[in-house]
Amino acid sequence: MSAGAAPPPANEVILRAEGVGMIYPGTIALKDVDFEVRRASVNVLVGENGAGKSTLMKILAGAERPTSGRLALRGKEVRFSSVRDAARQGIGIIYQELNLCPNLSVAENLSLIDPPTRFGFDIDRARQTEKARKLLARMEQPIEPNALAEDLRIGQQQIVEIAKALAEDVDILIMDEPTSALSAREVEALFGVIRDLKAHGVAIIYISHRLEEILHIGDYVTVLRDGRRQADALVKDISVEWMVEKMVGPMGAIPQSRAAPSSEIALSLEAVTLPRAAGGFLVDHVSLNLRAGEVVCLYGLLGAGRSELFECLMGMHPMARGRVSLQGRDIAGDSVATRIRRGLVLVPEDRQREGLVQTMSVRENLTLASLRRFVRLFSIRRDRERAAARDMISRLTIKVSSPEVEVTALSGGNQQKVVIGKGLMTGPKVFLLDEPSRGVDVGAKAEIFRVMRRLAEDGLGVLFSTSDLKEALGYADRIVVMSRGRVTADFARAEANETAIVAASAPSFETGATNERSSA
Amino acid sequence: MSSGASPTVTSGKTRQRRPLALLLMSFRTFIALIVVFVFFGATTPNFLDLPTLVIVAKHVAINAILGIGMTFVILTAGIDLSVGSIVGLCGMIAGYLLTQGLAISPLHITIFPSVIETVLITLAAGAGVGLVNGLLITRLSVAPFIATLGTLYVARGAALLISGGATFSNLVGDPRFGNTGFPFLGSGLIFGVPASIVALVIFAAVAAYVAARTPFGRHVYAVGGNERAAALSGVKVELVTVSTYMISGFCAAFAGLVIASELVAAHPASGETFELNAIAAAVLGGTSLSGGRGTIAGTLVGAFVIGVLSDGLVMLGVSSFWQMVIKGLVIIAAVVLDQMQRRMYRRFALQAQGG
Repeated sequence: MSAGAAPPPANEVILRAEGVGMIYPGTIALKDVDFEVRRASVNVLVGENGAGKSTLMKILAGAERPTSGRLALRGKEVRFSSVRDAARQGIGIIYQELNLCPNLSVAENLSLIDPPTRFGFDIDRARQTEKARKLLARMEQPIEPNALAEDLRIGQQQIVEIAKALAEDVDILIMDEPTSALSAREVEALFGVIRDLKAHGVAIIYISHRLEEILHIGDYVTVLRDGRRQADALVKDISVEWMVEKMVGPMGAIPQSRAAPSSEIALSLEAVTLPRAAGGFLVDHVSLNLRAGEVVCLYGLLGAGRSELFECLMGMHPMARGRVSLQGRDIAGDSVATRIRRGLVLVPEDRQREGLVQTMSVRENLTLASLRRFVRLFSIRRDRERAAARDMISRLTIKVSSPEVEVTALSGGNQQKVVIGKGLMTGPKVFLLDEPSRGVDVGAKAEIFRVMRRLAEDGLGVLFSTSDLKEALGYADRIVVMSRGRVTADFARAEANETAIVAASAPSFETGATNERSSA
Repeated sequence: MSSGASPTVTSGKTRQRRPLALLLMSFRTFIALIVVFVFFGATTPNFLDLPTLVIVAKHVAINAILGIGMTFVILTAGIDLSVGSIVGLCGMIAGYLLTQGLAISPLHITIFPSVIETVLITLAAGAGVGLVNGLLITRLSVAPFIATLGTLYVARGAALLISGGATFSNLVGDPRFGNTGFPFLGSGLIFGVPASIVALVIFAAVAAYVAARTPFGRHVYAVGGNERAAALSGVKVELVTVSTYMISGFCAAFAGLVIASELVAAHPASGETFELNAIAAAVLGGTSLSGGRGTIAGTLVGAFVIGVLSDGLVMLGVSSFWQMVIKGLVIIAAVVLDQMQRRMYRRFALQAQGG
């Protein structure tokens, strides 16, 4: 809404996507999407997780080939064979995940592909450092070019990542949530760079979950929903409420809350804290009660500390402090195995890295956490194990021809059900699910939430995290919002609304002062 | 990634082809074993005679027992390079106890443990080296390759230090000390079958049972398949890892005893490069070095392929130089086939699910 930089609305389109579609096995990620990228402007792309933003971005950056549709760069149809190919044609990209080599210095990272050489032979360190210094000066950041990348704070690493993209001359720069790890001061510096790039005619494609920030820096906005282009507008004409409405869509009739949760507290957290290695907190004195029979949503953006909180609850972080009690019994200090036995179960966010043993069959994955149930003397009783696996497969309607199939052969949604089934087999009292709908198709998503509701009706406490507003509002009895490691709001479903949740999830941008501690 | 086309299109016609091709591939090591038997049976006189086969089996027993221990370690995505040295060290420990006894200097007496006690102490020593390996890897986060490379040198050095490099010979014991009978393990017969072969059968049966049927075995596979997922499922990853190195050390100690008993002597250099044979047996038997895949039966077959191949080549009069070349080629071929089978399996499995 800063009027100064608003460009004339009819800036020239430099890159145009027409009718782009992308089909992955099992899911349609994008369907018939048009997208225009205008010169000297910030072209914003918003949408919920799974709306297709990342896919569209990967297509524009040459990382993926669309299944249908065409791309036109400067009026000519193009096909990018790789990211390198797109880069040669002036398209740069800054990924959300950091792609620095931690073992190399900042200067080395900035000249990774094409280091300056002496006589085309050995690397000219002086020039390499000089080049890094210039790039970093442009970012107005006091980062030492010879520091190792791994010694920088996340925010600084992000700055280096951005500088890396600027090292090559770009006409179009794609930024995927560039501010998610930055402090308020770093965000201001970044916005300065963006305005500078705009003044030089660079087209920016900007993706962010922080809607306030879009009003601040954006020029054009395009909203994606479920893989389709939902709406577009000039940023100066819109509000946060408008974007939320377009992203989330009309809220269907909110399912009625079934039987009121009992008063029995299933899980209680008192000042759970996890310090960050570089200072500050990943989880900052979180206190929270979860009642039996209740489904609570932990809403927050990427990096809000939800996954870390779950890991603390499971006992994965020896550095964690605070009290955790399960059904009134203090479990802080217990091992993961003991916590599972006491009735606590986590469905982790990253299914491939933390949820599944890829070399094992569906049956072996399902029973992994509850093997003791099937043991007689020393042996696993195969017949009972197999029967239990079959039982769980039909209970969760996992689509698989036999329990003996390797788990990697299943689709994302069915793999997720296997991880959930593994948890259920342990007979839990409290079920923790970290982003249970991530990488899961729409049908399986609904089923997963149905299962969660059924578990609550059976008297379990269910705590799930999401960054999807519709899931938060649609499936939870209570919505707890986290931001930067802290609980910033706690709504009963009746009093929750999109705008309030969004506001609570990004307090850092509203009140810049709260960030100071993270730069300590 | 190429087209994203759904795999359902082709599933119909390939489904019938699945059993034969995959079956042949999954029994490839077994087929290789039959091939070497048939080959040497046809080309080498007396190869299939019972006495020859017994000798071959006794040779195989050493590598197979080492391979069984190694398989547990490799299943957790680890490696144990120290087994050859443990073989040497444990042979020397047994030799020392049988010939020198345990001197208790303040009392100026020497205790000679019985053969049973000697065997138990030696096995405990082997498992102890495994414990050190396991603790280095889990507690001090040393990479398995480096940790066991270190103990490889330390254990070999210790073996040499025990006797100053000399051999303990004539390990028959002394009736006065009540420690006779050690040679039985290497040359005795149990119901007409050599003791070491009986031992191999027992080791193989117990190991196969533990790996396939017990929670511990399942946990070993889980740790190798995905350590983090296993930990989050409540598997005690450190305990499982340490246990596998102890099993490997135990197996190596037993192999050391068998060798010392067969030779009726303990030589500090015995067991050199045996770790490579053990790894080869496991890999040949389909154990994946990246962890999580493999079976005891596979390792057993792998050990037999290597054993039959080397003894057969000796009997054929092939030079030892060529023997090494052939052994190496067989191992490489086995791994190439293993990768091919895995790709085939994945393709079939995906197609079966796509339908």
